[in-house]
Amino acid sequence: MRVGTILGRPFFWIVAAAIALFVLAPTLGNNVELRESLLLAAVYITLASNLNLMLGYAGYVNFGSIVFFGLGGYFCIYFVNSLHWGLAPAAIAGGAAVSVLALLFGLGILRLRGAYFALATIGVNEAVMAFVTNFQPWGGGTGIYLSTELFKPLGGPAAALWVIYYILVGVMGLSLYLSYFVKLSKFGLGLLAIGQNEDAAAVLGVPAPRYKALAYCVSAFLPAIAGGLYFFKGAFIQPTDAFDLQFSTEAIVIVMLGGQGTVMGPALGAYLYEQLRGWLLTSDTFANFQLVIAGVLLLVIVLFAPGGLMGWLYGRWPRLKRVLE
Amino acid sequence: MIGLLASILDGLLVGSVYGLAAMGITLIWGVMDVINLTHGSMIVAGMFGLYLLFNDAGVPVYATLPPVLVAGLLFGIALYGIAVHRMIGRPPLMSLLSTFSVNLVLVGLATAEWGTVLFNVPVSLPGFSLGRYTFPGTHIMAAVMTAVIAGILYAFLFHTRPGKAVRAVSGNREAAELVGIPTTRVLALAFGLGVALACVSGMLIATLFPFTVLSGDAYQLKSFVVTVLGGLGNPTGALIGGIALGLFEGLATPFMPVSWTLVFEFVLFVIVLIAFPGGLLNLRWPRRAG
Amino acid sequence: MTALLEIVGLSKRFGGVAAVQELSFAVEEHEILGLIGPNGAGKSTLFNLINGVQVPDAGRVVFRGIDITGIPPYRVARAGLARTHQIVQPLAAMSVLENCIVGACFGRENLPLHRAREAAEEAAVFVGLEDRLDTPASQLTIAGKKRLELARSLAAQPTLLLLDEVLAGLNPTEVERMIEVIRRIRERGVTILIIEHLMQAIMSLSHRIVVLNIGRKLAEGPPAAVANDPAVIEAYLGDPALAAELLGAV
Repeated sequence: MRVGTILGRPFFWIVAAAIALFVLAPTLGNNVELRESLLLAAVYITLASNLNLMLGYAGYVNFGSIVFFGLGGYFCIYFVNSLHWGLAPAAIAGGAAVSVLALLFGLGILRLRGAYFALATIGVNEAVMAFVTNFQPWGGGTGIYLSTELFKPLGGPAAALWVIYYILVGVMGLSLYLSYFVKLSKFGLGLLAIGQNEDAAAVLGVPAPRYKALAYCVSAFLPAIAGGLYFFKGAFIQPTDAFDLQFSTEAIVIVMLGGQGTVMGPALGAYLYEQLRGWLLTSDTFANFQLVIAGVLLLVIVLFAPGGLMGWLYGRWPRLKRVLE
Repeated sequence: MIGLLASILDGLLVGSVYGLAAMGITLIWGVMDVINLTHGSMIVAGMFGLYLLFNDAGVPVYATLPPVLVAGLLFGIALYGIAVHRMIGRPPLMSLLSTFSVNLVLVGLATAEWGTVLFNVPVSLPGFSLGRYTFPGTHIMAAVMTAVIAGILYAFLFHTRPGKAVRAVSGNREAAELVGIPTTRVLALAFGLGVALACVSGMLIATLFPFTVLSGDAYQLKSFVVTVLGGLGNPTGALIGGIALGLFEGLATPFMPVSWTLVFEFVLFVIVLIAFPGGLLNLRWPRRAG
Repeated sequence: MTALLEIVGLSKRFGGVAAVQELSFAVEEHEILGLIGPNGAGKSTLFNLINGVQVPDAGRVVFRGIDITGIPPYRVARAGLARTHQIVQPLAAMSVLENCIVGACFGRENLPLHRAREAAEEAAVFVGLEDRLDTPASQLTIAGKKRLELARSLAAQPTLLLLDEVLAGLNPTEVERMIEVIRRIRERGVTILIIEHLMQAIMSLSHRIVVLNIGRKLAEGPPAAVANDPAVIEAYLGDPALAAELLGAV
């Protein structure tokens, strides 16, 4: 794919604009509250976009996708805390480590179809959580606390939060571009064919086992890095937070809400969902009902609008497809 | 050594209830190719059924079984109509997500209502003693009840018209329709039965162990492990698989901290799925061709 | 010359039923070999065994001199063996063109995306779907879907094409057109192994016929010889309509 073609596509600029917006909006005005809200949005977008590779393209529900995020967090914190690496190499190394593990796990569980695979992903998450809870070098059940000393190389705690934010926005942007480029590639075409009808795709020559394992591995990388950054920022990680299935459940709802299999869908869905969630948390009546609302939302989408928001938009205005993907 | 034996035997008793729960999953899967992800919360529903009827309404423990079963059946049929019917024939992803979403709602509502507190139903039954070891009466009773329910289920499936219709639809839905069987009603019935089995097994489990609103996940995982051990779509296999799982737990619990049992069960699950896709037992119901 | 495809002693049981029993025959290059037999004779199972969807209990499948027995379907496709399905399997949400691009990308030629587009379009035009390139596959008529099955397989530039009842469910005009397409495919150098119930069609298309009954080979030879073979007629007498067609076909 030539650079000219890439720069010529509207989507490239839309994402670039979004990144610029995310960076500039809280910076001008030093708005910490906005930054925190956008940071969460960026995390959701990262998780959802990468989940979309498995869920939206290949049609495989990964209920336990949070395991990438949590493990990435643990690796990064371990590298920083015990091996005294800088944040960037630690986060990236964490991403690499998790991807390798994902490839190994994936080769095993991706032989499983549909529901079996989905259940196995929950199991992977539970197994990893149980393991980490018993693993003393990583703090076991109590977790690991980071001292503020570790923020010094980044310019102290306050500045560090900004740096981490910018990097996370970068990771978000990369996730969107990754989604996009995969969709336009031969690999992406194979995944989409698998998602439509895996048996027919195999008869047509799509190397399904290899592609699925690759998608699983690729979908682990950026969320793992995001996890590293997220937990480093919080200066604390423990198993129940790192492997909280609620997060990956929300990612699933987001992908379905925005439109599975589309590139903009997860981003839009993440933004909408985060707004909804924020509103719910402030309302007394609904604070406890977060998951209930998520469940109802998901049910309605699956029953009546399985294409999600983007699916509906593309149905009304087919020309949008060429612009937004 | 005898302690281990006692542990194993006890495991077999408890395992039979796991088998009952797994029959709920396997029945629905075998008939309509749907994995019911509300299974865990239906087990919890049965647990709460026992708790509420026993504590608040004073119903004798084992007399709660029929109302729990009926309630489960009705709720299952309703659930079919709401979340499953439209998913038949669509990619399996859809029915996974629809049952998953209902599960979210149910767990969310239950947590809001009852929190994550531990509930316990104190049931005392004279046990059976062998030397120094006592087999709790509740365990024996649970196994007996399981046998009774399984027996009733078999009688239903093999000796009644609706039951035979269920088996026919399971074997070949198109053919069943051609013969004039009202498939939608049969599917709804089968789903209701699956949920009823989940509820009843929950009720029985609650006579054995304390529970919380969130206990469903662990028992759901156990149900899936059992289903996979016995072969999907195979109720006899589910029962045997349940006993096998109970055996495994009986063997393992003296040697392993509880938090690890679940991990091992999951690993077992994945290994069996990958190595023995037909289940360890390979007994068959009439299966779809191909 | 060595045969393009050799089936040697192939056997497959499902539970108590032997679907295919010690089946042996060969497909020569550039011919159209017809496969007929009463329902349940094992024809579709045979196709499944050839392209790797099912693994035989015994016997071998040799394609271009290479043993491909039991290798996964995607590798069979890569080797240049394509197959259509009796019950069509379109990639429903994708367009006709996209379906064909998948075939072109992952078939024998293993083309990169931009070249696959051309090959895909060519295949779609060849079967007559040029005016529906952007139509989602789910919106095609049954005839359209059958043609798509064909186009998709063609886009992969196969050496051998397995056609599984590609004429079923089509009206007489559509059948005529499809037969024409099949002839033209063969003219391009593709060898064809075809399962069909429409006797006239398969008798007129095929150079040779293999008759299966209860998983075994009953007869083999040119259409005229097979149609007059008493054993074949007897096998079909269980199916009088088919027998009549058979006798009237050649």
